[in-house]
Amino acid sequence: MLSIELLLEALVFGALVGCFYAAVSIGLSIAFGLLDVPHIAHAAFLVLAAYMTYLLGTYGFDPLVAALLILVPFFFLGAIVYRFYYEAFEKRGADTGVRGIAFFFGVAFMVQVFLSMTFGLDQRNVSAPYIGTSLGIGEMRIPWRLIVALCVAVGLTVGLRLYLLRTFQGRAIRAVAHDAWALRIIGADPVRTKQWAFGIATAATAIGGALLAIISPVEPSLDRVYIGRTFCVVVLAGLGSMSGTLAAGIILGVTESIVLTMFGASWAPAVAFGLLLLVLGIRPQGLFGR
Amino acid sequence: MTSLLQVEDVTKCFFGFTALSNVSLDVAVGERIGLIGPNGSGKTTLINCISGVLKIDTGSILFQGDDISALATYRRAKAGMARTFQIPMPFRSMSVVDNLMIPLEYIVHGLIDMANEGSVYSEAHELLRRVRLADRMNARAGELSQVELRKLELARAIAARPKLLVCDEAMAGLAAKEVSEILDILLELNSTGITIIMVEHIMQAVMRFSQRIVCLSAGRIICDGLPEETMSNPEVRRAYLGN
Amino acid sequence: MKINSIPFWAAAILLPACAYFLPAWGLNEYYLYVGYVVLQYVVLATAWNILGGYAGYVNFGTGAFFGVGAYAALVLFMKFNAPLPVQIAGAAAIGALLGLGAGLLTLRLKGIFFSIATIAAAIIIETFVLNWRYVGGASGMQIIRPAVPLGFETYTRMLLVVMTILAVVSIIVARFIEKSWLGRGLRAVRDAEVAAECSGVPTLKLKLLACAISGALMAAAGAPLPLYSSFIEPHSVFSLNYSVMALAMAVVGGMSSWLGPVLGAILIASSQQFAASASPELHLFIVGALLVFFVIAAPDGLVGLLQRVGRMTARMTGMQNVRPKWRS
Repeated sequence: MLSIELLLEALVFGALVGCFYAAVSIGLSIAFGLLDVPHIAHAAFLVLAAYMTYLLGTYGFDPLVAALLILVPFFFLGAIVYRFYYEAFEKRGADTGVRGIAFFFGVAFMVQVFLSMTFGLDQRNVSAPYIGTSLGIGEMRIPWRLIVALCVAVGLTVGLRLYLLRTFQGRAIRAVAHDAWALRIIGADPVRTKQWAFGIATAATAIGGALLAIISPVEPSLDRVYIGRTFCVVVLAGLGSMSGTLAAGIILGVTESIVLTMFGASWAPAVAFGLLLLVLGIRPQGLFGR
Repeated sequence: MTSLLQVEDVTKCFFGFTALSNVSLDVAVGERIGLIGPNGSGKTTLINCISGVLKIDTGSILFQGDDISALATYRRAKAGMARTFQIPMPFRSMSVVDNLMIPLEYIVHGLIDMANEGSVYSEAHELLRRVRLADRMNARAGELSQVELRKLELARAIAARPKLLVCDEAMAGLAAKEVSEILDILLELNSTGITIIMVEHIMQAVMRFSQRIVCLSAGRIICDGLPEETMSNPEVRRAYLGN
Repeated sequence: MKINSIPFWAAAILLPACAYFLPAWGLNEYYLYVGYVVLQYVVLATAWNILGGYAGYVNFGTGAFFGVGAYAALVLFMKFNAPLPVQIAGAAAIGALLGLGAGLLTLRLKGIFFSIATIAAAIIIETFVLNWRYVGGASGMQIIRPAVPLGFETYTRMLLVVMTILAVVSIIVARFIEKSWLGRGLRAVRDAEVAAECSGVPTLKLKLLACAISGALMAAAGAPLPLYSSFIEPHSVFSLNYSVMALAMAVVGGMSSWLGPVLGAILIASSQQFAASASPELHLFIVGALLVFFVIAAPDGLVGLLQRVGRMTARMTGMQNVRPKWRS
């Protein structure tokens, strides 16, 4: 039987982890939710960023500092990948469905194999003053790394949301999601706008990857698990809704946490996928979708 | 005159946005109807509801007296409803004539066995001749020009021997001579008994073609009557030109 | 519906016969192993292509169907001592149901949601099997093979013949679909689904049919696995590698024809077997790179390239195809 303390702990942990899930899903929310790119490789980029964080960690860099260092390279990675995708598929219209999806799947696979070839299959850890210590609140001990993740997650979400709402580039990005033609009329180039947006999405993913390295040990197979979690968050939030991402992340986090507490760790990876299938079956437009 | 299509009090919403609001329309057999309205007024939504691509929220749609509101799209096609698309959607990887084999096979003849191939093939050829596309019979659909694509859309639509044909901006983006060509084809099709609803922005074409003009604005029908009446209706002018 | 091609049917009968007689002429056991694996991938890639190439719905969960087939066969063997043909039939039935289920859940949505759902199904099924103690859970299950049936000398030889037959069956199915009303309908769905629906094609039914057939064949390919390796364990059987391989083989070979997956499978699977000793991971990476390369630069695959070469040669040597082919 589930005691109140256990349940409460599960809820708190779940909510904290959920904010982390929201943070790592924001990039996908932009790339897939707004730009309609079948970005199956998102989770792979996330894990790549986590490994880069680990690598920089071996040179003495704090994970959060590492996040700032890889921000710009990942932005360019995103811009280049999108440009490639656009030139090879989106521009040619029609038959791109299968090929676009297959392209990203291939890229994701290549990244995963590359990582396991380079770093091996063992788990890798980063270290920082806030990893391994926890804060006591009442009866509970909350790991500091979760709190750090929460702060970064909220900051990232709020920051991106403000960017999309207040700046010209941000509004252009939201506009291109709705109507590329209208964008052309006001003089903005839809392709460059999308490229910029994809770059930002990948940069956000870079930060997410650093958080991932902070929160848990890193191994190549994380890719598969996080495909489930990130797509679950994005679909549950509703395509095109950035603000829903936080709520969706928390729902996923709490659900996983409760399942973990009641049924054990081996069922946890299936929760995100199960929730995803549930949403797709019952309410495909998610909570706040357009 | 017998009624072919009855749209009764149809409403369609998308997550809080009302695309169609209490729309009612009666189409008699053999009629030529023009459907006009500014962009975003709900014309394509109405067509999608009639053909079954979208499910209506309230109201009903009757075809030849039967309620088809819940009927799947392909069944409506089999019942005699055909449509063309605002942006042509040919089967790009197939040849022009193979594009026609799809409705011929799935609606008219049932699953074709090898023996009948020849006669169905000549039927397809005849259809292409009617839309003046016979010379491009074996070309890949993805390689056609704009006006050829629109002719192919029409050919594919009428291959199923429909009773009702709905054309969604079949002449958009065409030159005057090409518009005339398509118009002639449509008039000729109507003379063989096909009821046609034409959604169009090109006013001369609408005026020349329609026996009756229906005007949509912001999801509502604001006028439904003879061409001269509708075009001189002040509300219609306001809808197009603004206040 | 006649498939009137003599060379095709001749090969269909000859191949299993070869598989039966060749080993007796002294072929090294190692090549029998390689043959089994290659033919297994022929089935997987061909099955994948029925839904992916013909209909345009990309299945990332090939590993799930393959795994389900293997475990279905295992359970049938453990519980009912079922002979191999029954195991295969049972696995195929379950694969078909699984395909149907996945289809019903997601085929009303955009293509990418179907693809994600297939990954989801794969992971969920794998998680179930990991927690299922009856079949050994995460540590897997050892199988004690019954005696080899009459007419065969070793298990490897028998399973090679079985897999050859499965490969031939899957090719026959794919070729039939491709040239039939079903294939034409699926192609219409792939090219312009809404237009197909408005032209009288029952798109959902056709997609579900393709899902079921594809799933059945994939599961059938997994059914002989318990007997083949005497040991079965979830992580290797449900591996994502099967999904990538099947997809890559179809893309590299060519998605519009039954021949494509066959070529792709033979090429990639045999190179994998010969690279296995050196660096299996590098081989996987190359497969991924090939997939990306072909999807961008040669979307019609090897078959497409061969066709283009054929057309160029015909033009150069002055031979023109006079009879208008109305079958694309």
